[in-house]
Amino acid sequence: MVAFTLNGKPVSVEADSSTPLLWVIRDQLKLTGTKYGCGMAVCGACTVHVNGAAVRSCTTQVSAVAGKRVVTIEGLSPTSSHPLQKAWIAEQVPQCGYCQSGQIMKAAELLAANPKPTRAQIVSHMNGNICRCGTYHRIAAAIERAAREG
Amino acid sequence: MTAKPNTGFDISRRSFLKGAGGLTFCVALGADGIRLISEAEAQGAARTMNAWVRIAPDGVVTILSPGAEMGQGSMTSLALILAEEMDADWSKVAIEWAPADAKVYGYTFANQRNMAIVGSRAVMLYFNDLRVAGAQVRKVLLANAAEKWGVPFVSLQTEPGVVIDPVSGRRMSYGEIASFARIPSPLPTVDKSELTLKNQFRLIGKPVPRRDLPAKVNGTAQYAIDVDLPGMVYATAKHSPVQGGEPDNWNDARIKAMPGVIGTMKLSDGVAVIADSFPHAMAARAALEVNWKKGAKAEGFNSEAALNETYARIHADPAAKTQTLDSKGDAKAAFSSAAKLYKAEFRSDYGYHAQMEPLNAVARLNAAGDRVEVWEGSQAPDASRAAVAKALGFGPEQVTFHQCYMGGGFGRRILGDYAAEAARIARDVKRPVKLVWTREEDIAHAMFRPQSFQCLEAALDKDGKVAGWMHCVVGDGGVLLQTGIRPSSYYAIPNQHIEARGVSHGIRVKHWRAVGHVFNVFAIESFVDQMAVDQRMDPVDFRLQRMSITPRARAVFEKAVQMSDWKAPRPAGRALGISISERSGSLGAGVAEISLDRASGKIRVHKVWLAVDGGLVVQPEMARANVESGIVYGLSSVLHERATIKGGAVEQSNFHDYHVLRMSDMPEEMHVAFVDRDAAPSGLGEIGNPWVAAAVANAFYRLTGKRLNHMPFTPARVLETLKA
Repeated sequence: MVAFTLNGKPVSVEADSSTPLLWVIRDQLKLTGTKYGCGMAVCGACTVHVNGAAVRSCTTQVSAVAGKRVVTIEGLSPTSSHPLQKAWIAEQVPQCGYCQSGQIMKAAELLAANPKPTRAQIVSHMNGNICRCGTYHRIAAAIERAAREG
Repeated sequence: MTAKPNTGFDISRRSFLKGAGGLTFCVALGADGIRLISEAEAQGAARTMNAWVRIAPDGVVTILSPGAEMGQGSMTSLALILAEEMDADWSKVAIEWAPADAKVYGYTFANQRNMAIVGSRAVMLYFNDLRVAGAQVRKVLLANAAEKWGVPFVSLQTEPGVVIDPVSGRRMSYGEIASFARIPSPLPTVDKSELTLKNQFRLIGKPVPRRDLPAKVNGTAQYAIDVDLPGMVYATAKHSPVQGGEPDNWNDARIKAMPGVIGTMKLSDGVAVIADSFPHAMAARAALEVNWKKGAKAEGFNSEAALNETYARIHADPAAKTQTLDSKGDAKAAFSSAAKLYKAEFRSDYGYHAQMEPLNAVARLNAAGDRVEVWEGSQAPDASRAAVAKALGFGPEQVTFHQCYMGGGFGRRILGDYAAEAARIARDVKRPVKLVWTREEDIAHAMFRPQSFQCLEAALDKDGKVAGWMHCVVGDGGVLLQTGIRPSSYYAIPNQHIEARGVSHGIRVKHWRAVGHVFNVFAIESFVDQMAVDQRMDPVDFRLQRMSITPRARAVFEKAVQMSDWKAPRPAGRALGISISERSGSLGAGVAEISLDRASGKIRVHKVWLAVDGGLVVQPEMARANVESGIVYGLSSVLHERATIKGGAVEQSNFHDYHVLRMSDMPEEMHVAFVDRDAAPSGLGEIGNPWVAAAVANAFYRLTGKRLNHMPFTPARVLETLKA
């Protein structure tokens, strides 16, 4: 049994301690916005926040989040109105959309620590998240917009 | 929008079918494309009714979209085309997936009806049919309003979602009309001359946000991998690492003793493991020790040896089996009388789709085992449905297909192979099954853009004009090798001979965003640049003056020159390259500005300009995003992407060794412009990438005086080229 908070609510799950957090979130807790892309922390599609830090849930064992605060894309804003989500729509960022939960969660970590990032800081922060549709320039523009418009 | 001419139909003399709670327009079977029919006609034809457009009394218009959505936006744009002609209020339009039935919802291509969203076809091939269907709906609404008010049909007009009577000022919403209206049978016909004029479009050509995006920023968009059914179990598979291999035996007892494992299943080319969770299934897959039967065709295949040695040998062999793809004029004579001859060779490696969502599907059979439901993200739902039916020995009517969003497609998802695999497993374990291939499996069992060898030869006449052209492509891939090899839509060279020499390795190959264009255009446009350099001419001037360039090609080159300020000096260490490609009726001429780190061999692309002639652009903003995506996909394939096969097995296994472009590689500037041309829409999903390789290679030549003739231009390969 592992207990943690997920999007502000306490949860406890029966799972092998080594089970990747990704599959606990998706298949046991039924929040499927967090995606599987590579399973080895090289694409970023599975990015969630643990105590405010962006982590790759595909290689994070569920036991490692015991007692911690986990936030997924579903918990970023109850009304989909986080500044990044609004900016993502304004810049028409997503195409296939599969990587975008991870992109937004990774970007949210950046803005929380650095409300006015430079383009170079954005690129450096986001470089681990793959977007196969190539929406990177719109992602960067959306982060800048969110920083500007809050 | 003014009323269009009455073509003579009169609703009062027709039979009607009262729409229950609104109006439902159906679609008809027909060799002439999609045709709307009334419910009465649909029932009269004794066939299952298929709704296409529904108008509810509250004014909500539901339009079914056959545009499989993998990120390109056609789910929205197809519905928008229909909405334009029916003059619907877009804010009240809901979009739903069309069922997987090509006979009803397919477009007509090469005398067949299908739904495959490939080759940038969605808007291009559905455009006319959807416009006519929309116009028919509008006519029915106008006629019903006219009858209600007792005024002539021709006196009425529409505004979005409303019929208006300009004489009395009366207005009636589509929803109100739907509450009493009847649909005539047969429906009114629509002549092309009655369609909305370009300058009267309200939706086409205007910036309209995509409908799928809100669900893609909050995690609610449903991909097949997100489907969750009661009692569902999880499966994954290990296919033969040597492509085409068959399993002989495996450590079954050990696998079945592992935590959570429910069972294993022999597949024709692999072993599936089924477990109570996906992590348990993955662990079981990792522990599988399979003995594979010998004799797979790909056994011992070495891609580098084939590309570096075998293909050139085949090209040099006068007895090699050759397929002539295009032959016109007298190429031999042009070469024998030439004032100057050129020849060059190019190579390209295998490319992997690398769609972000690993291939997966969910399947559930009914208790009797004679019906199956499948959830998949498919570029060709009709083909998937057929593949599932075939796998189970079912007729298509026993298969219900549920379309899902695709986490990328790029040509891989049109076969339904993994959906068929999921269905077989579901039948075997008698439980609903979610089959997910791991990323490692997705690569090991990939279907690649084929590798290729190219030899090009050209003959210049005494005036320096390119009078003869020969192009030979060698590789394994049939038609996949051949797309984009004919330059005739941009260079009308009088004498040419284009041929393919095929080999067969037993390696799985597949369409891949413009597929053959990627390497054929690389070869063609690098070769042209090489001739321009040798002739001491500006590469644009050379094309315009020496290459029998077509007027459309001239227009996109001129636009690209203007956009990039082609002749303006660039900062030290920077250079420009230019090239052109055709794809699905569109033309694109692009310029890349690059620099090079000579120590590491890393090419950096700083700026990109692309001028596109795609005819009428239905959704300019979506189209721009789609073309930008193509450019980035192209840059990724040119700078990084390389799959190799050794001993018949793929050497790469995940994104750590199959590199795709990341944010730090993005150009600082990317400019896309559409050339205004009054023509029907042509394909835009793949015009963005094929030109990139040659433009980058041509810029590289300007920087270094060296030719990159093997794609991709990885740092190691660049360093080798610099040393050569």
